[in-house]
Amino acid sequence: MKRVYVNEKWCLGCHLCEFYCAFANTGEKDMAQALKDLKINPRIKIEEQNGISFAVSCRHCREPFCVKACISGALQANDGVITIDKDKCIGCCTCILSCPFGAVAVSEEGVVQKCELCVQTHEGTPRCVEGCPNNAIVFEERG
Amino acid sequence: MAIRYIYSEYEVSRNTDRCIVCRVCERQCANEVHTYLPEQNKMTADESKCVNCHRCVSLCPTRALKIIKGNNTYKENANWSNKTMNELYRQADSGGVLLSSMGNSENYPIYFDRILLNASQVTNPSIDPLREPMETRVYLGSKAVKIERDEKGRLKNNLLPHLKLSMPIMFSAMSYGSISYNAHESLARASEELGIYYNTGEGGLHEDFYPYGKNTIVQVASGRFGVHKAYLNQAAAIEIKIGQGAKPGIGGHLPGKKIVGDISKTRMIPEGSDAISPAPHHDIYSIEDLSQLVYSLKEATEYKKPVIVKIAAVHNVAAIASGIARSGADIISIDGFRGGTGAAPTRIRDHVGIPIELALAGVDKRLRDEGIRDQVSVVVGGSIRSSTDIVKAVALGADCVYIGTAALLALGCHLCRSCHEGKCNWGIATQVPELLKRLNPDIGYKRLVNLLTAWRHEIEEIMGGMGINSIESLKGNRLMLRGVGLNEKELEILGIRHAGE
Repeated sequence: MKRVYVNEKWCLGCHLCEFYCAFANTGEKDMAQALKDLKINPRIKIEEQNGISFAVSCRHCREPFCVKACISGALQANDGVITIDKDKCIGCCTCILSCPFGAVAVSEEGVVQKCELCVQTHEGTPRCVEGCPNNAIVFEERG
Repeated sequence: MAIRYIYSEYEVSRNTDRCIVCRVCERQCANEVHTYLPEQNKMTADESKCVNCHRCVSLCPTRALKIIKGNNTYKENANWSNKTMNELYRQADSGGVLLSSMGNSENYPIYFDRILLNASQVTNPSIDPLREPMETRVYLGSKAVKIERDEKGRLKNNLLPHLKLSMPIMFSAMSYGSISYNAHESLARASEELGIYYNTGEGGLHEDFYPYGKNTIVQVASGRFGVHKAYLNQAAAIEIKIGQGAKPGIGGHLPGKKIVGDISKTRMIPEGSDAISPAPHHDIYSIEDLSQLVYSLKEATEYKKPVIVKIAAVHNVAAIASGIARSGADIISIDGFRGGTGAAPTRIRDHVGIPIELALAGVDKRLRDEGIRDQVSVVVGGSIRSSTDIVKAVALGADCVYIGTAALLALGCHLCRSCHEGKCNWGIATQVPELLKRLNPDIGYKRLVNLLTAWRHEIEEIMGGMGINSIESLKGNRLMLRGVGLNEKELEILGIRHAGE
């Protein structure tokens, strides 16, 4: 299965992936209209310190702790993509505690949010990967 | 604050309706033009620091940015232009020589743009390159002038070492130091994939690039940086650099602050020491001296590699080329006055040297008149901008062209001409670690391959139109060229007729 991988060597810390992620999840057509005066809460986040930066988003683990931890069955693995059903989520945040990558977070709607590889919003390559100017995040099949 | 004599050349125009305050402009500008104002949650710009490199414009996700020409003006004066006045103010401020980067940007005639190409009609049918074979391969080096046979009458192999190229294009000399490791890697990988050559420039060859040796031309310049036996033997050819089109008669100076880490090791000089290339080679004061260096290098590499001698196009270029052809060099490379540079004194760059079109025509004619044209191949550079420039150069007599600026443009350069400041926002002409990584060679080499693949298609298309199916048949074929708006003298030097004749 294709996943999002990080080439930290090429990450510029430009944070564009965060904005493309936020845009993808608004469902709007125009980025300026969608994100104008909006404080974004993206599903991919840049970690940076001492000149090193890289993007962190859901790894879509083969044995996902978050899915095991979910008490309401909101988190499910569908063909390897771990998705969240917001109607089922009760906001207990056990998944956030159990994710070793810190890739699950609370959303504005009071439930949790995480990267779903843009399967809900957009066919094909996830927007963060499309928007990365330096191939620092890639969407590919790796063993 | 002191009096500010020089106004900003550009203005940063931000469409606040489109700006989403993502701050990518701020993060990507090494000149610190953009700033975030937290209280107002908006961006502001200090255009006085802007060099117009377009990094922010290219990366702005909502296309909210535009760099426009500042229209702050002094009283109009045809003699004292705004630019001239600014340069004077700058020197009155600093007391220093003006520095510039990349090629001559002044308004001199561009002869390539005054030359038109021929095409076949009716009597000599054109060729469709999509249906019929079309040859763009070239060999560079000294051609065997006569057929020799041994006592049994069998042909003797008297061929001298040659460079084999899939198309008549090479990447010109740009040193590791003046451009980044990633830029070099992009050039090396593209050369390997395309079956052409790149040139190390005078900064030595990083050991990581030894595997690309068969696509590498190594340079021996007046500073002799990084020259050792393994370096010479690693290469496909060796180039002796006498001069550079951007700064004929001038040496080079890579400041000590760029001589860091691997660059110091590759150049074989201590970290932090200035890399000064003298104006002349201190052991070359005549063609005989040049010949000694040519043969020293051939001796060191067992006569297996062609030797190139590179000169800037200057007034007596034809006579100089004739001398070089007789010195034992296999290839002459001529760099026109529009050739690029990482740094040159502005006055030299803008006022010294001659156009490559005229130099090439003069050299080709002189070598043919003297019957020594086959002894050498001629490579020209100094602002080859497109496939048509290449076709015109080949028809004027060149065997191959060097491209430098065009290659850097493919890597992202926007010709802001600030290389000498060392803060290239595109990761090309810099050694600052966080700027370096902006050029990912995986992307860069593909863009170079794309560019030259496109140019090769165009060259084939143009040749097909002329009814020519091999680049060898185009070489020196000046009947395929006609001048427009050129005077008698210019036509005579170029050796072409006027359109309509």
